[in-house]
Amino acid sequence: MSALTDRLDACRAEGRAALVGYLPVGYPDVDTSIRAMVAMVEAGADIVEIGPPYSDPVLDGSVIQLAVARALEAGVRMADTFKAVRAVADAGAVPVVMSYFNPMLQHGLDQFAADVVQSGGAGVITPDLTPDAGEDWVAAARAHDLDTIFLVAPSTTRERMHLTAQASRGFVYATPLMGVTGERAAVGGAGERVVNEAREAGAVNVCVGVGVSTGEHAAQIAKYADGVIVGTALVRCLTDNEDKEAGLNALRLKVAELAAGVRGNA
Amino acid sequence: MTEGPSAASSLQSAPGPFFGEFGGRFVPEALVAALDELTDVYDKARVDPSFEAELIRLARDYTGRPSIVTEVPRFAKHAGGARVVLKREDLNHTGSHKINNVLGQALLTKRIGKTRVIAETGAGQHGVATATAAALMDLECVIYMGEEDTERQALNVARMRLLGAEVIPVTTGTRTLRDAINEAFRDWVANVETTNYVFGTAAGPHPFPAMVRDFQRVISVEAREQMLALGGLPDAVLACVGGGSNAIGSFDAFLDDAGVRLIGCEAAGDGVDTDRHAATLTGGRPGVLHGSRSYILQDKEGQTMPSHSISAGLDYPGVGPEHAWLADIGRAEYWPVTDAEAMEAFRLLSRTEGILPAIESSHALAGAIKLGKELGPEATILVTLSGRGDKDVEQAAQWFDMLPSGDGSDAATSGERG
Repeated sequence: MSALTDRLDACRAEGRAALVGYLPVGYPDVDTSIRAMVAMVEAGADIVEIGPPYSDPVLDGSVIQLAVARALEAGVRMADTFKAVRAVADAGAVPVVMSYFNPMLQHGLDQFAADVVQSGGAGVITPDLTPDAGEDWVAAARAHDLDTIFLVAPSTTRERMHLTAQASRGFVYATPLMGVTGERAAVGGAGERVVNEAREAGAVNVCVGVGVSTGEHAAQIAKYADGVIVGTALVRCLTDNEDKEAGLNALRLKVAELAAGVRGNA
Repeated sequence: MTEGPSAASSLQSAPGPFFGEFGGRFVPEALVAALDELTDVYDKARVDPSFEAELIRLARDYTGRPSIVTEVPRFAKHAGGARVVLKREDLNHTGSHKINNVLGQALLTKRIGKTRVIAETGAGQHGVATATAAALMDLECVIYMGEEDTERQALNVARMRLLGAEVIPVTTGTRTLRDAINEAFRDWVANVETTNYVFGTAAGPHPFPAMVRDFQRVISVEAREQMLALGGLPDAVLACVGGGSNAIGSFDAFLDDAGVRLIGCEAAGDGVDTDRHAATLTGGRPGVLHGSRSYILQDKEGQTMPSHSISAGLDYPGVGPEHAWLADIGRAEYWPVTDAEAMEAFRLLSRTEGILPAIESSHALAGAIKLGKELGPEATILVTLSGRGDKDVEQAAQWFDMLPSGDGSDAATSGERG
């Protein structure tokens, strides 16, 4: 059993989905980004996805692209990610790292797994790495008892659904639509179908992300998924507010709205 | 003259997904189904005589193949007196080698049954070729181009629009080829049901490196025969390398000719000892970028570094995985060529032979000057002239200070003639 599985089980026992919130490290600066992650925990996030910035984020839309580009310009380093992981763990949520592959590879896969675990992280989400391309990574993560979270999409075949469910630990990350991160007016899409297919393929916990931005969306997804993942709508709280404190306040309000959503109170 | 060793030990037409430790497919799950479908359709097409016949027909009746080879003796005087022969991909329809690949991928798009193509472009040559094939085959076409490149290649932007394509300037990151590729991938993830990504170079995730190489292989297949007809295999084959599609196409049929040196000329910008260059194999380290494992210009933490080259088509911080492999096993050499060396070669070929080369291709010409001086008059050097320089006229005129200065002087053109 992992910290992630435990937390998802605990949420299920409360009759609700878990709230998973993403923020990039280093936007608008390292300290504020870590404060923002802690604020999310205080406002009701169960799991925090901590994103080390990457120069070529092919799966991210314009809001997250802009934030990570600014973070990189300001000189954010991988060490800051491990600091953020520690802060989130101390605040009482389950930290997972969401990283593109090359920064992990250059850090050294074994060292990366060790450093995530050492700072209190429970798992790593790899948006541009599939299990069949990531055997080295899975082996490194297993050696450190770290959860590996892979993505499935509406285009994922039955065969690949099995492959991904088998290689994932903690949860499977299901995207309800084809596209990059960013807010959408509606989140219907193929979410429920993808979640059901992942479960049929053996996934125990399936969380749904990409496109989720309101409490109403969260409530809708909470009906069929084990967790609701929100990224862009949270990042936007920070990018929309020049003033850091105003950004943190907007973030707390948004997380509270989403936390009510995963409890069915949209 | 050998015809190449047995198939078992041949280096030619390596199938991928891996070339040694390079290549592979490091992409979001959302793209895997489309890449599998493309691989599958391509694997069927390559053994389908009707596909090959259609490609051959288009190459002959549309592109104008086979492209000729031209001996350039006046230019060769500046290259140690060696015999220098150009493979004239610049004479293809649309003005570069890019059309060879694009016609193949556009035909595959029709076979898959998709109606929309997207592509990235740096200098604009691949974008123009894709827009051309889309017009010919009635496909909707969207081209992503870094904003900086739309400025330095404004004429090609107009060409693409005239051909009916939508050109989207990419304003993120370094606003060059690498960001155009990122944006094209984002479009593809969102529109993969209707859209095929016509990738321009022999990089990216499997099957692109092997497939693009196969479509460009015609360059070396023709050139090898043409050289034999001229008296024998060359001592060396040179081509410029950005992602490396014209180079891999120029090398492939020669890979098993052990006596033929294969030299890729990378863009060294201001110099490989500065931080303004794009010489990935010279100055980079292995890593994963744009879907495959290869050499990358990156910092210690795996962030891609900005590249620089006077040539938009070579201004890319990655390189195709097969080149990384050929470099590692020592079958090919990769030489850095600076902006200044490339522009000097541009000037020389223009003045001595009446051929304006693309600035990209001028890097290979500069390599030939250096090699010729090394090898002397006994050597025969084949250089792939991957594109014509029409698109580069304004930039070259600026470099040589030939634009009207207002005082009526004509100092820049009074220099030594070649």
